[in-house]
Order: sequence, then C-alpha cells, then structure tokens
Amino acid sequence: MHIPDGYLGPATCGVFYALMLPIWGLASRMVKKTLSVKQVPLLAIGAAFSFVIMMLNVPIPGGTTGHAVGAVLVAILLGPWAACIAITVALVIQALLFGDGGITAIGANCFNMAFVMPFAGYYIYKALSYKSAIDSKRRVIAAGVAGYLALNIAAALTGFVFGIQPLLHHTVDGQSLYCPYGLKVAVPVMLAEHLLVFGWVEAVVTALVVKYLQKSSPELLKEGGQ
Amino acid sequence: MKITTKLMIGLGGLASLSWLGLWLPEKFKAGSAWGEWGPEEVGELVGYVPQGLIKLAGLWNAPIPDYAFKGWEEKPLFDLSLAYIVSALIGILVCVCIVFLLGKVLSKKE
Repeated sequence: MHIPDGYLGPATCGVFYALMLPIWGLASRMVKKTLSVKQVPLLAIGAAFSFVIMMLNVPIPGGTTGHAVGAVLVAILLGPWAACIAITVALVIQALLFGDGGITAIGANCFNMAFVMPFAGYYIYKALSYKSAIDSKRRVIAAGVAGYLALNIAAALTGFVFGIQPLLHHTVDGQSLYCPYGLKVAVPVMLAEHLLVFGWVEAVVTALVVKYLQKSSPELLKEGGQ
Repeated sequence: MKITTKLMIGLGGLASLSWLGLWLPEKFKAGSAWGEWGPEEVGELVGYVPQGLIKLAGLWNAPIPDYAFKGWEEKPLFDLSLAYIVSALIGILVCVCIVFLLGKVLSKKE
C-alpha cells in the first residue's frame, strides 16, 4: 500500500501534502493536550510495531504481496491522533531510509495509512465495543473487525488514488503518464487482495494483542477508551 | 515485568521473524506488491513505461534501498534475509528515538 514515486502526478501529491499538513498540525495539538509523559514509551513502541509489521509481507502465491499496518491497534491503545503521529513516523522512515513508498507520495500514503485507517478503525472499535467490559470477548472481536475493515478502507482509498491517475494525466495517444491502471482495475484489485488475505492479518494481529492486553495490562485498554 | 518491557520483547520477536516478510514472497513467487513495481516491470505489464514514472521513479536514493544494503542486489536470499533483519532493527531503533523526542515536545507536562 506504499505508493512509490512516479505513480502519482504532481497535482495528487500536492493535494495530499496540503491535506496532511493541517492534519499533522492538529494531531500535534491533540496529542499535546491528551498524551501523558508516561504514555510516550507506548507511542514509541506503537510506531516501531507499525514499522516492523509493515515489513512482514504476506504472499499471495504466484500473485502479489501485502501486509498489515498496525494502525488500528495503536489507535485503540493511544487514540487516533496519537496513532496518526506514530504511523506517520513509521511511514516517513520507511520512505526516507528504505525507499519503501515514494517521497512525493508521503502525503498520500500518510493520508491513507496514518489518518483514514486509524480513525476508521478507532471509531469502528468504539462502536462495536460500546459499553462492553474491558475483559469481554466482544472487545476482542471489535478490535479484529475494526482492523479488518479499516485496512480495507485504506486499501480501497489507495486503489482510488492510483485509479484516478490515468484520468488526470495522459498523453494525446492515451498513454498514462503515471499509474497506468484506472479505477476499474486499481480499486477492485486493491480491495480484493486485502479483503481476501491481508485484512485477515490485520484482524488477527489487532485482536490477539487486545486479547493479550486484557489479561496482562487491562488499564491500557481503559486509557485508550476515554 | 512492566508491560512496556514485555511489548519491547514482542517487538524483538517480530524483528527476528521479519525475514519471513522477504523469504515467503520469494518462495511463493509472489512478485511485487500491487502498484509498487519498478519501471521495467510496469513496461512488461502494460506494454509501455509511463513517462512520468520514468522521470520520478529514481527521484530518491534511499540509503538502505528495499531493506537491503547497497550493492547487495545479487546476493543470495540468506544474506538478504540478514540485511532485512538488520533493517528491521534499525527501523525500530529510529522509530523509537524519533517518537521519544517528539513525545518529549508533544506530551503534556504533569
């Protein structure tokens, strides 16, 4: 889901940077208001967790690869604004140090994976776990469903961003200048592979960690819940 | 044990398994992630290489490209798996350091 350099035209890259700048600003202000000093180590672990879970590529044999993002888990534990900061750090490091995701596409990649995904997942989790006990099974299922759906929402959005490129930028003879696949291919493909395979990885990882924390550190599930 | 210590150990576990993220796709001939092909691969897929893609694809020279050390492109999978684990550890370290610094600036004082 890391869009590389050269797949998005300058207009798209610019729009997403312009969208992300105020979001990053707001995230900083929100985190400043809500994040306590003792939550900082957890936030650092959250960013590192997202970084490394994105390296664990899962193959679709003979086809393609994909991975979980971990954004929903971080959002459940620290809130969506803090998750936005953590996932942004992971994505920027992946782009700058490892060339995973383009530098022109950092705005777009952050919008999909560091903004839309943690927010979607957080509110799905909140809705599904509404008034459930901290140690309830419903909370584990809510975390899994939120992970699954949020990754797919981010994947569909990534497909959409890929897919509008041929409409926006093409030569007179119809060759695309950037991503060559249009909406009719990009959205269904991105969605199908995440619905069938990668979404389940996100679901299982998110649910298992929540289940583990219910036993070993239930206060973390409370704090994220306020 | 503190929960952060336990989670750090979990992270270490994930890092030591990270090579699977390189090895499994290779063994199952899974190819690139969708939409993350290099320019030549795009050329094979659609019959032409988009001009903008040619121009921008090499824009950024990452110090550890694709989680492998520079000049290691032809190394065997075992070596690349080691580089992948080292990359995971570097990434974790840098993430933790940057968020700690950010957290110092951003978190509310108590």
